[in-house]
Amino acid sequence: MYTRAYKTIISVPPLLWVGLFLLLPYALMLAHSFWLVRDGVIVHEWNLQNYAKLIQNPVYAEVLFRTARIAGSVTILSLLLGYPLAYYMSFHAGVGKDLLYQLVIVPLWVSYLVRGYAWKTILGSDGVLNGFLQYLHLTKEPVSFFLYSPFAVILTLTHIYTPFVFLPLYASLEHIPHNLIEASHDLGAGPRATFFRVILPLSLPGLLAGATFAFVLTLGDFLGPMLVGGPSSIMIANIVQSLFGTAYDWPLGASIAVCILLLTIGLLFLTERLEKRWAFR
Amino acid sequence: MTRAPSSPPLVTPPGEVLLEVRHVSKRFGARDVLKTISLQIASGEFLTLLGESGSGKTTLLRLIAGFEQPTSGEIWMGGARLDTLPPYKRHVNTVFQHYALFPHLSVAENVAYGLRVTGAPSSEIPSRLEAALCMVKMQEYSATRPSRLSGGQQQRVALARALINRPQLLLLDEPLSALDANLRKQMQGELKSLQRELGIAFLFVTHDQEEAMVLSDRIALLKDGALEQVASPREIYARPTTSYTAQFIGQTNLLRAEVRQGIAACGDLQWPANVANGPALFSLRPESIRLAVESSPIPNAVRFRARIQQQIFSGSVEQLEVDCAGQLLRIRIPARGVLTGEHDFAFDPADAIPVAG
Amino acid sequence: MSDVNHQSERAPLLATLSLLVFLFLYLPIVVLIVYSFNRDGVGGFPPRHFTFLWYRRLFGDGAIWDSVLNSLLVAFGAVTVSLVLGLLAALALDRADFPGKSLFRRLVLLPLVLPGIITGLSLLMFVDRTGIQLSLLTVFLGHGTALISVATTELFAGLQKMDRAQEEASLDLGATPWQTFWRITLPSLKLSLIASALLIFTLSMDEIAVTFFLLGRDNTLPLEIWARLRRGITPEINAISTLIFIVSVILILIWYQIRARTIGREARELLERP
Repeated sequence: MYTRAYKTIISVPPLLWVGLFLLLPYALMLAHSFWLVRDGVIVHEWNLQNYAKLIQNPVYAEVLFRTARIAGSVTILSLLLGYPLAYYMSFHAGVGKDLLYQLVIVPLWVSYLVRGYAWKTILGSDGVLNGFLQYLHLTKEPVSFFLYSPFAVILTLTHIYTPFVFLPLYASLEHIPHNLIEASHDLGAGPRATFFRVILPLSLPGLLAGATFAFVLTLGDFLGPMLVGGPSSIMIANIVQSLFGTAYDWPLGASIAVCILLLTIGLLFLTERLEKRWAFR
Repeated sequence: MTRAPSSPPLVTPPGEVLLEVRHVSKRFGARDVLKTISLQIASGEFLTLLGESGSGKTTLLRLIAGFEQPTSGEIWMGGARLDTLPPYKRHVNTVFQHYALFPHLSVAENVAYGLRVTGAPSSEIPSRLEAALCMVKMQEYSATRPSRLSGGQQQRVALARALINRPQLLLLDEPLSALDANLRKQMQGELKSLQRELGIAFLFVTHDQEEAMVLSDRIALLKDGALEQVASPREIYARPTTSYTAQFIGQTNLLRAEVRQGIAACGDLQWPANVANGPALFSLRPESIRLAVESSPIPNAVRFRARIQQQIFSGSVEQLEVDCAGQLLRIRIPARGVLTGEHDFAFDPADAIPVAG
Repeated sequence: MSDVNHQSERAPLLATLSLLVFLFLYLPIVVLIVYSFNRDGVGGFPPRHFTFLWYRRLFGDGAIWDSVLNSLLVAFGAVTVSLVLGLLAALALDRADFPGKSLFRRLVLLPLVLPGIITGLSLLMFVDRTGIQLSLLTVFLGHGTALISVATTELFAGLQKMDRAQEEASLDLGATPWQTFWRITLPSLKLSLIASALLIFTLSMDEIAVTFFLLGRDNTLPLEIWARLRRGITPEINAISTLIFIVSVILILIWYQIRARTIGREARELLERP
């Protein structure tokens, strides 16, 4: 029904855009990772020095692991917050479901900056939290680790990614046919057993999707540490950012970026495989 | 956005060949959905494509409409090649199975659509629109949105929309299958009289053989992508050429007989048959068999004795299942009360139609 | 949803937990808003002196409003480009078959899941090689590329839901494919298009990570705020953040209403997968 001309017209422009502004830039980034900086100028000599540096200098691995730990913590915390919420809304909220859903997506789309800034003002030594604690005479002096610490980064990022985790989870839960739950009860399983044997397994695809999303985005996050993190919470993306800024070493930065990209793609493939296996459809 | 109106189609006089499907086959991937079909549709005739799902009937319809291309073969209409034209250049219109009315347009806008996009002069549109809506009795609903209409009403709008372009051939893809039984009967009657009135050729697709029998001038029975038989309802019923046809349309008894010197023998039954020696298959309709005690003896009647196994009373007829020396036969006779035990039955040997495999 | 007894039961523990999560999600924002009216600064407790001072300052702050204008320019550009290309991409995914289609599909959807830094840096290198100056144009490029995936996803779902027979009916009645596209296909996507536009607009206005690397002399709003954070925090930033929050909420709620109306729950849920 669709002529060749039609199919060509609709395919070519997006293909061009994708090729020019996605593929080509990624290729350029890859190319840069094999180049060098000499005397403050990028030199197009093909070499593996950047990758060698990454492997040899323990700092990079350390920061990467720290980043992964932070990403892991954020993901787990988001799940711990998001799952009960999704479960409650899906199974117990009744008519209020729709309204609650809107209440959850609002923070999701409201600016990252607004939310990060809010935490900055709350957690600081002169911040609202310290003021509150001192007002209640719970503390005499400002607590300093609230801000500019890994704690602050994890807290802020959890705040940001909990709605991200919530969405696909909620969708998965809503998708579970209710007659399955009725069947489970009919066969003698109480609410708890039904949860672990029926609901949880069937919600795994959504859970996986949300968790992947939160983990991958936290992995590449550099704004959080810049807003509320301190020297002990520098994440891998901050290193990249400075290499493209004041520390001017694009090739080295590109090599780390390539690693992040590959890691991300790898994780996405993995979760896609797992999702298919757990889809049960 | 208008185009110059296409030149009016040459009108084929009624009765002459309007559309010719010449050795058309269609393949989807590894599947041969249509296997070398040749068919002619006469101007003004009501032809039904009948078949089970998967028989290829809808595919053939779509080939004629232009939504698919034949893998091989040609389609001609009015003396010109049709299959090389895109759907919007063919003087063929379609009534879709689920009507496909445009939800964002009113009934009037839906029906007038064909006129607008082909650039009909705007002075003409209101009168033609009115005429089309009157024809299907939907004038009151011209400003309504399709979503507010019932199934039957949507169907009428779909009809009006397709007919306003004055096509020479109207394609109908199982248009009544979504309606409930009563509405269906009613619409069948309306469609038939509409077709007679307009004199437009209708190519009607259905899987319901009763519907086909009621509506058609001719029936084209499709099986697995090939034509089993093309004939008028009376012809196809009285003289099926294959066992599939005999069983698909109406009910029948299939008798496997051995023919020797003009006599066919099947179990206890024997009757004269003008067929070559050897094994042969015969179709004998249940209503062709009657109780032997009945009045007006049939010349050359074949008599046999059988035991009543089952009797179902359905108002005006009795449907009997009888056992004739191991051969199970179905018989229909006018209602006459409960029968038991063994009885004599008779049939006219001319009613035993030889059919292919 | 059929009600099995235990489902309509109140689950007090879960309800409390859910409430706490909601509090966690909203408290910082509430604090932010409250302190935008505080005379004495963004911290400390409790806030003592209510004032509109910071909002007055905000409205007189030329640099901020310049950056708002810049953001709007970029956002409208991003919406246009994303809708056009996203529509074509959705159509291509829905109707065309070509070698590399599955790679294309993944590439189009990649920026949705990729950290912004990757998209930003790769485009920076591209821009650098081609000698284009960093400016609002490069920012627009970044947003467009990153946000096409949003349009593609929504419009693809809308296309899948559409009744294919309607396009066939249009062709059958004499309309050319071009006419069919304008009269039938596009109107059926109307709500999806509006929903996408709203979402892309909101995301573009808030975009930081990609913008960070593609910025020239002219700041967008988020980056103007970011720059100010370096200089020192005043409740003026609370004020602009509050305004951003209010506008975002309005846009998102409108978007949700449109979405809920156009595609059924099933499709919506399928879409939620990031």
